[in-house]
Amino acid sequence: MQGLERIVLEQPFFAGLGPEFGAAISGCARNLRFAAGAYLFREGEPANEFYLLRQGLVALELHSPGQQPIVVATLHEGDVLDGSWLVPPYRWTFDARASELVRVLGVDARCLRDKCEADHDLGYELMKRFAGAMGERLRATHLQVADVYGPRRS
Amino acid sequence: MPQLLRVARVRRETADVATLELTPASPFAFTAGQFNMLYVFGLGEVVISISGDPARDDRIVHTVRAVGAVSGAITRLRRDQVIGVRGPYGSCWPVAESEGSNIIIVAGGLGLAPLRPVIYHVLAHRERYGRVVVLYGARSPADILYGGELEAWRRRLDLDITVTVDHAAADWWGNVGVVPALIPRTPVDPDHAVAMVCGPEIMMRFTVDALRQRGLAMERIFVSMERNMKCAIGLCGHCQFGPAFICREGPVFRFDRIAPFFSAREI
Repeated sequence: MQGLERIVLEQPFFAGLGPEFGAAISGCARNLRFAAGAYLFREGEPANEFYLLRQGLVALELHSPGQQPIVVATLHEGDVLDGSWLVPPYRWTFDARASELVRVLGVDARCLRDKCEADHDLGYELMKRFAGAMGERLRATHLQVADVYGPRRS
Repeated sequence: MPQLLRVARVRRETADVATLELTPASPFAFTAGQFNMLYVFGLGEVVISISGDPARDDRIVHTVRAVGAVSGAITRLRRDQVIGVRGPYGSCWPVAESEGSNIIIVAGGLGLAPLRPVIYHVLAHRERYGRVVVLYGARSPADILYGGELEAWRRRLDLDITVTVDHAAADWWGNVGVVPALIPRTPVDPDHAVAMVCGPEIMMRFTVDALRQRGLAMERIFVSMERNMKCAIGLCGHCQFGPAFICREGPVFRFDRIAPFFSAREI
């Protein structure tokens, strides 16, 4: 097993994935690092790469003209950054800023999407994992939107 | 009957939260998790948890948020003004029973106030406990309670503290996210951990779910419940919660004892 394939299969997000899928994903993957303060991507840009956070913290931000960005989530080691690469129109919906030195596994989105089209078993395995991760994030968002620490509503 | 106690010190924690230190007429003993009834003359009485150090019997400490007429009046009190106090009442956090265990303290918003006595106690007897983790969630950086103490605790090597906020500007370098989302990353063995949880009920429900998924048994999870109270001595029934009165059997409950009612919509 080659280095990148081993790194892919070691990620908790890919736990239980067969070696053939590990090889397929690692064939589209590369290691990347971003210095503190650097942006991994910005809202509206093409989502050409799928990122899995291996080390460091990333702030997901929403920007508004003339104002400071609002941080809506801090992502940690093991988190996927966003699912925008997976569904049309394949554009990022947040800014992602490295809060500190960050190492990520970057997977070419078109390469992986093509492999998922060609092998629906791979696509289904990935879709299950993304659905779980995005579901957790949506659940957390519901709790944020509920503003549970705010003034009580009668 | 309430005792009349003088305010010795007031500290503004946030825009609508103040911490009051009262001077008791005689040594005041309480256990972590208990509450007092605070009486403002002409306005009424409210239940407020005790947020001071249980080892100190020369001060009664309450952290109060202005949410109504009485609590608003309490937060506006100044030094040397007088307030009525009766208590302490209610059950306590299992600090003695948890010796030898890892401790997970999960607080949301003002829920840090009734858990602060646990932190004081655990730190004063640190050798009696395993790993100690404090997870605290607030609405925004401006709403964080006890900022100075949290910072001092964060510097300790024998305590893991994570503070998270629901949203923040980009100059906040801490965590953004909800407090239950921190639990899967909590570095403790769930078989040897006790969790103590206090905050808004929605937050506690999500937190208990996350703790259960993390592997904690219901018997090792404790929550502090809140309902309107009047008498505080188990007579009036205002605070009835299923078969229990929160003022008498609570506010701290072992989760398995209230699990059937915890998510009931009509209670």
